[in-house]
Amino acid sequence: MTNLSGWGRFPVAECRVIRARTQTDVARALSQGPLIARGNGRAYGDSALNPDLTLDMRGMDRMLSFDAETGVLVAEAGVLLADIIAAFLPRGWFPGVTPGTKFVSLGGAIAADVHGKNHHVDGAFGSFVDWIDLMGPDGRITRVSRDHQPELFGYTLGGMGLTGVILRAQIRLRAVQSGWIVQDSYATRTLEEAIDVFEDHLDWLYSVAWIDCAAQGAHLGRSIAMLGRHATPEDLPEARRSAPFQVKRKRSLTMPIDLPGFALNRYTVHAFNTLYYHLGAWKAGRTLVDWDSYFYPLDAIRDWNRIYGKRGFFQFQCVLPTDSARTGLHQLVQCIAASGQGSFLSVLKRFGAQDSRFSFPQAGYTLALDFPANDRSLALMKTLDRITLDHGGRFYLAKDSRMPSEVFAEADPRTEAFAAMRRETGLDAAFASLQSQRLGL
Amino acid sequence: MSGGPVLILGATSGMAREIARTFAAAGHPIQLAARNVGRLADDKADLETRHGIAVTLHEFDAFDLDAHKAFVDGLPALPAIAVCAVGAMGQHEENINDPKAGAQVMRANFEGPASILGHLANAMETRGSGTLVGISSVAGDRGRASNYVYGAAKAGFTAFLSGLRNRLAHKGVHVVTVKPGFVATAMTEGMDLPEKLTAQPVEVANAIRSAVQSQKNVIYVRPIWRLIMLVIRAIPEPIFKKTDI
Ligand SMILES: Cc1cc2nc3c(=O)[nH]c(=O)nc-3n(C[C@H](O)[C@H](O)[C@H](O)COP(=O)(O)OP(=O)(O)OC[C@H]3O[C@@H](n4cnc5c(N)ncnc54)[C@H](O)[C@@H]3O)c2cc1C
Repeated sequence: MTNLSGWGRFPVAECRVIRARTQTDVARALSQGPLIARGNGRAYGDSALNPDLTLDMRGMDRMLSFDAETGVLVAEAGVLLADIIAAFLPRGWFPGVTPGTKFVSLGGAIAADVHGKNHHVDGAFGSFVDWIDLMGPDGRITRVSRDHQPELFGYTLGGMGLTGVILRAQIRLRAVQSGWIVQDSYATRTLEEAIDVFEDHLDWLYSVAWIDCAAQGAHLGRSIAMLGRHATPEDLPEARRSAPFQVKRKRSLTMPIDLPGFALNRYTVHAFNTLYYHLGAWKAGRTLVDWDSYFYPLDAIRDWNRIYGKRGFFQFQCVLPTDSARTGLHQLVQCIAASGQGSFLSVLKRFGAQDSRFSFPQAGYTLALDFPANDRSLALMKTLDRITLDHGGRFYLAKDSRMPSEVFAEADPRTEAFAAMRRETGLDAAFASLQSQRLGL
Repeated sequence: MSGGPVLILGATSGMAREIARTFAAAGHPIQLAARNVGRLADDKADLETRHGIAVTLHEFDAFDLDAHKAFVDGLPALPAIAVCAVGAMGQHEENINDPKAGAQVMRANFEGPASILGHLANAMETRGSGTLVGISSVAGDRGRASNYVYGAAKAGFTAFLSGLRNRLAHKGVHVVTVKPGFVATAMTEGMDLPEKLTAQPVEVANAIRSAVQSQKNVIYVRPIWRLIMLVIRAIPEPIFKKTDI
């Protein structure tokens, strides 16, 4: 038995863990009763926890083929995006979509249908997936795609491991000319201005805003909005052009201890946010940023999740449809600022259109924040749930560890169809997580 | 960076996979050897895809001593570095109650590896260069009630490597003895191992590569093991026999 948790370190569950190294191992595990597959444990909550049996897929991490002409890669589910970048960025290829950490597995990226800063241009991770080899309850493998069993394929993107075990997949990488990103950043005085920056620059490949959600009044929702695109050799200083993929390897820092609870309070959070905002404002303008710092600033601090202390933290991430986004976001941010609960990192992104069976993204704006795991945060999130529901928004399962099933069902009319599909196909008897049980999936 | 080919004997283990990756990442072509090489097809693809190096597969049975010389002669090139990761722990209860099972463990950890490394040593000696890496175990440092059959075989292998190192010291061939301590692999899965003493396979691989580069003789993957085994070896026998270590 192993004590396991997601990245938020809440909840912690004692789980029986089996590590799969081959597909035979997966089939054998399936014969031992309901289980959930686990990638690299970067989902924040209980998506990849099952006390009876959690199947660790990191042992299946081989890359099986690569086409250097087209950037098409076939790899096992346990491969990390970090491995893919290490192998292919030097050859001019980068993941089509990446979340804010490179330490996610291919299986986890598919199961959560993760989004990046380019959703408004490219959609979510699933846009770059050609097919998935999925092992079903009986140990049989089906290669699902847009042409073959499209329904099961669609449900597996964003299906949170509840449609089968992803063994391997074929994905398309993006051709890039350098390891650098041209970044334009803007300090905006309000949330509305940040949204304007997004709307005015929909042609930029990447965009994201970091919101100071401790600021109140006239400063409510002030942000650092950042646009980015892959640098071409012409964007690079002369000296870098001969080795455009070479960036300096940074030393990573490690959060050595769990911070005690008192280290994190409205004053420190406020101070941090203010500092970050002014630093951002000071550095606003055009800069050249290496890929690692641009996409994965948090990866530079190993175990940063210990900043919230032993009790861990919650994430809250919702998406509001375009029409109601401005008013809804305003209410959300106002409510957070007023609560003084704060969040070190509040992130706003623009989503483009996405029509999918169960995965999270839809056209509009998504807001993600974290809160220390305590009762006050739970109460605050209840209010945030309500605001989200009232504005027609929905919630991201990869970040959730506490949502009541009624809230999820009310937010997402697709929930019932997903649960029914699982019942009818017998998937519910084979695949379950603490999250799926809590949400009645 | 690149270098001559690296041969991995017993290539199907999790530890071997990481060792192969580490050398492949440094640009070495890789020769993977194991019983039933069909199982290595995906590992070959992985190494080639990730690192763009050439990988060859070779059928190898540690128990088939008669075939060892031909195996070495049949390699496409005599490797620059050969790593022997062959081994088996068996079940201790079975090892002590069934002499045949015990003998299998001794053959897998000592006889087979000694035989194949002997042939490779001869070939490297003739050439005048090369590195041999033997993966032994801390279990060979002192026999303990809980696993002495395995420990005895590893002790034999450790002594063999030490002698080989001595013999080849002036012939341009270097021998590295690796004592990994606990490693998180399929073999130890489900065991309740202390985290501070348990290495990940990738750690073992990195330790081996740097030991090869810096021509170390005997390495413990986590340095703490050197101290632990120093203490365990120093306990006088009359006391040791009463302990339950
Ligand atoms: C710092 C940080 C930043 C993040 N930023 C973003 C972001 O910008 N955008 C975003 O979308 N997400 C983001 N995330 C969330 C993260 O991308 C997802 O939670 C992702 O699913 C984690 O992948 P994993 O391999 O760690 O999976 P796990 O956390 O282990 O599992 C997540 C889900 O995937 C399922 N799963 C994993 N492997 C398999 C498999 N082989 N077969 C079937 N199901 C499987 C699990 O059952 C579970 O439901 C971030 C997370 C962190 C920690």
